Amino acid sequence: MEKARPLWANPLQFVFACISYAVGLGNVWRFPYLCQMYGGGSFLVPYIIMLIVEGMPLLYLELAVGQRMRQGSIGAWRTISPYLSGVGVASVVVSFFLSMYYNVINAWAFWYLFHSFQDPLPWSVCPLNSNHTGLDEECEKASSTQYFWYRKTLNISPSIQENGGVQWEPALCLVLAWLVVYLCILRGTESTGKVVYFTASLPYCVLIIYLVRGLTLHGATNGLVYMFTPKLEQLANPKAWINAATQIFFSLGLGFGSLIAFASYNEPSNNCQKHAIIVSLINSSTSIFASIVTFSIYGFKATFNYESCLNKVILLLTNAFDLEDGFVTASNLEQLKGYLASAFPDKYGEVLPQIKNCSLEAELDTAVQGTGLAFIVYTEAIKNMEVSQLWSVLYFFMLLMLGIGSMLGNTAAILTPLTDSKVISRHLPKEAISGLVCLLNCAIGMVFTMEAGNYWFDIFNDYAATLSLLLIVLVETVAVCYVYGLRRFESDLKAMTGRTLNWYWKAMWAGVSPLLIISLFIFYLSDYILTGTLQYQAWDSSQGQLVTKDYPPYALAVIGLLVASSTMCIPLAALGTFIKRRLKRGDTAPVA
Amino acid sequence: TKWGSGLGTEFTKRRHGGEESPAVDPREACRGLCSRPSRAKVLFHWSGKAQSTYAENAFKVRLSIKTALGENAYAWDTSEEYLFRAMVAFSMRKVPNREKTNISQVLICNVTQRVSFWFVVTDPTQNHTLPASEIQSAIRMNRNRINNAFLLNDQTLEFLKIPSTLAPPTDPSVPIWIIVFGVIFCIVLIAITLLILSGIRQRRRKSKGPPEVDDTEDKCENTITVENGIPCDPVDSKGGHLNDAFITEDERLTPL
Repeated sequence: MEKARPLWANPLQFVFACISYAVGLGNVWRFPYLCQMYGGGSFLVPYIIMLIVEGMPLLYLELAVGQRMRQGSIGAWRTISPYLSGVGVASVVVSFFLSMYYNVINAWAFWYLFHSFQDPLPWSVCPLNSNHTGLDEECEKASSTQYFWYRKTLNISPSIQENGGVQWEPALCLVLAWLVVYLCILRGTESTGKVVYFTASLPYCVLIIYLVRGLTLHGATNGLVYMFTPKLEQLANPKAWINAATQIFFSLGLGFGSLIAFASYNEPSNNCQKHAIIVSLINSSTSIFASIVTFSIYGFKATFNYESCLNKVILLLTNAFDLEDGFVTASNLEQLKGYLASAFPDKYGEVLPQIKNCSLEAELDTAVQGTGLAFIVYTEAIKNMEVSQLWSVLYFFMLLMLGIGSMLGNTAAILTPLTDSKVISRHLPKEAISGLVCLLNCAIGMVFTMEAGNYWFDIFNDYAATLSLLLIVLVETVAVCYVYGLRRFESDLKAMTGRTLNWYWKAMWAGVSPLLIISLFIFYLSDYILTGTLQYQAWDSSQGQLVTKDYPPYALAVIGLLVASSTMCIPLAALGTFIKRRLKRGDTAPVA
Repeated sequence: TKWGSGLGTEFTKRRHGGEESPAVDPREACRGLCSRPSRAKVLFHWSGKAQSTYAENAFKVRLSIKTALGENAYAWDTSEEYLFRAMVAFSMRKVPNREKTNISQVLICNVTQRVSFWFVVTDPTQNHTLPASEIQSAIRMNRNRINNAFLLNDQTLEFLKIPSTLAPPTDPSVPIWIIVFGVIFCIVLIAITLLILSGIRQRRRKSKGPPEVDDTEDKCENTITVENGIPCDPVDSKGGHLNDAFITEDERLTPL
């Protein structure tokens, strides 16, 4: 008797699992950046169009494939066509790379979470230098939040060549992060199904709390108004459309095999069309919601810095001219400067070089994305709030929930094909398989805890998944529509769910989405080729800022290997199947 | 115009001297010891290197009362200056060999609206000033007392040549983050162990169940029934009198 495939206890678990996977750190730290760079409110236009044209159809396709084939990515694509099992293998390889480096972010979130239980917060003050005469030099040149991130958390080396050793503190946090992930995936869907209730809903609780707090912060409206004011001329910029398409694509997590894995645990009669629409809408609205929170935090931070700058200028003038304390305010500052310049030109001329031009727009214009936004900009804003420990704990707890939710999807993409394969599951129970995968990932992940680890992290983040995913999803779409046959798939779905396939989905799958993906692919390739040598940002501790450096040849080799190892799976597996069939045909031929 | 004046608003330059020593005219003393600089740029050098025209042993003090106290700010008047001189004299009394310092030895001049002023400490004869290093060390040692007397702190009551000692960081013996980390680590390990153990137990229980149907020969209980002294053959009875090999669930009565 065959063991029944484990199922989700109810459809809600499936939806929550998909939401928990799709809503991840990218919604919080990439979308606000894109929104700010490409025209604020007007970025929503290409974003929503791409959602409808690209996001929903591709998401529905993956869920439908998983639900129909009821196997992980390797088995599903082998069923569609034996020559295409490489697509599944490529998905597993990409998921493997992703889970390797993604959990490091959770480790960092743990690190900051544990450090939030101190007063004052360790990133709010600069430590003293070695002889206690002043503040640490690197911290003075940069800011205390940057210092805490680059020196205390990462202990970053000046370049990627200088490896340094494994830092034991981040290593411990990484081990903990993997233990937590293992705890959640230990029992398969049984445990994952319960965990996703929390990982999907808790971030929203925290986001709502932060929304209320953010909107009541002093200066929040400055950020909101500045960012959301539509700059309609950006609509003509092709980069805005390309970035909207890319963001939708990667935000939904297509092509990793996680969605196929999740859907394979569904009842065959599940209405995955409804779920696909729900998940994609929730994902996009979370992005917009998170960017409202982010922009109000930006506004607060920018206003705070602007007012500090003004206060410094006021203090300078007050001390220089021995004016009455409190006489100079922000409102009469400009008039006063004019008066002083005319009345005491000599003295004013001496003070002038030290007077900075404080500008609110310049503060708001600093656009940050990625780990910089999450760990530097947000912490800078948090340290200025009241009861900053509470806000800090809430914020990093939310980051953890988002990160672990996505990790569940990633590990599901790796484990489902492994547990489906009869060879492996006969010898090892699923706890052991999960344990081995976690252990392997943790061991390799120690690379990212070295002093140069953040540079390798950036390599993986930028190159491990981008091109390969585009190719994988392209092959997926073409495979379902043209190799398996759209009509055949349509009748399969009808038999499974009882609903006919809308013409819209057919049009998108067969025509529009593949064209979109091809154009994205061409854009990325041309971008890489045109930029020539790839460069990275390295932290210079003597200057206290980032500098651009070129990648050494072996780093470029690693990049090439990353891209090749996943994309080559597709043709290699097809070739392998072809040869196997030829050999089999050669064996059976003389019999006939 | 006097560059120390505040934008044409009322500015009263107050000169003070000791009240106990009528022998020296306070104005002369101050004029002699705290002479005004000829170049404005002098003020901007905190190190005091360019203060060649100032007496080397004079210190500039700057107070930001409104910034520190807001609405509870007090006005800076002669009484406050007297208190200041008293605090400086008190600090000097803590220095060995200077226990007899009198308040008349502390001279203040050049008070501006900022509020800022210069002060010097003279020797008992009021002819020479005491060396800057002595005054500096005295003030540093009693900085806290001086700050508290005026309800200010190191940033709002500045002595421009005297750096404040920065507070050393308070490092607890065990960093707090390790404690939190340890707690969560142990909780997670215990939860994993519990889950694994319950999984193993479930699997063992399941592996005892189904083989009842398959390998009855291996699992039979040997119940030797003795009837009339003769042992019957051990029948395959698992928990009852039903022979699992022949009877399906509901067939107890053969249908006619």
